[in-house]
Amino acid sequence: MKNQPGKTRLMRRAVQLACLVIANGYWHGFQRVMIYGGGTKRLCVPFLNCYSCPGAYFACPLGSLQSILAASRTVSLYVAGLIIAGGAAVGRLFCGWLCPFGLLQEALSMPRSRRVRLPRWLTSLKYVILLLTLLLPILWLGRAGLGEPYFCKFLCPAGTLEGGVLLVLGRPELRVLVGWLFFWKVAVLAFFLALMPFVFRVFCRTACPLGAFYGLFNAISLWRLERDYTKCTGCGTCREVCPVGVKADENPNHPECFRCLECSKACPAGALRFGVGAARPEVPQRTSFRSQ
Amino acid sequence: MRVNNFLREKKWALAGMGIGLISLAAGVARGETTAVLHKAARICLQCIGIS
Repeated sequence: MKNQPGKTRLMRRAVQLACLVIANGYWHGFQRVMIYGGGTKRLCVPFLNCYSCPGAYFACPLGSLQSILAASRTVSLYVAGLIIAGGAAVGRLFCGWLCPFGLLQEALSMPRSRRVRLPRWLTSLKYVILLLTLLLPILWLGRAGLGEPYFCKFLCPAGTLEGGVLLVLGRPELRVLVGWLFFWKVAVLAFFLALMPFVFRVFCRTACPLGAFYGLFNAISLWRLERDYTKCTGCGTCREVCPVGVKADENPNHPECFRCLECSKACPAGALRFGVGAARPEVPQRTSFRSQ
Repeated sequence: MRVNNFLREKKWALAGMGIGLISLAAGVARGETTAVLHKAARICLQCIGIS
């Protein structure tokens, strides 16, 4: 299965589309411009998916985490546990294979966007946003003495696209409430949409707090990219195919890697493998020594 | 030997998963899924940019 990054991309696209349909499959909600209120909304998905989307069957982990932080000033063990366990299991794989907003960004990106490299300060911005997402609901209290989900309120373009625009356009009673905040959020969405064709996954790489959190687990996650040093020829193919500029031959589990796995499929020597077991150089060396 | 190597190499991942799953279970036991449902089943005015 070597030299088949196109096949992997196709498979990933199919999984992303399936996830989009499963997570936002409440078609009645789109028809009647209302949101689903059933029991499945107890369950958080491990990726960004606004629960105010008329089609959403599940809850957004970031929205839930912030709301519980703001309301009770305690961290939700349920949501935090979910994303910690998920991150420790597969790192940023959720971003690459499941996130519907990631799918949108990839769908809008032009081939040239895969070559755009971002400065480090810009890719580090998401860690600042992650910190603010977790702290502001506790520290920035309103008149009633309660915080708010400030990332959702001021920044999240997924919420504006999936929930805000659809609900405001479809429901006159919400339309009369529109003010500067809505237009600010539409401007943020428009800003990211305008950049998406030119910079590959611009939101994930610069502003997504969930991606930043999962990225911290990339290096230690159970499933991760393993490089077999005995096979790697240093040809640089993995660097060429990486859409976010990760040098997989040096650091295959870089926090920026969202695990599209194109590098492992493109490697002509088969030196990169995504899995649980480590591809260690000592094993083949010892085996060959014994066989001699 | 293999199991020992595996546990040594993946100790942080296993610890993270263990902490995560225990937290998740504790959160479910505390009834946090109901709090999530209460939030998610209603239109979030902040999310859509109204409040």
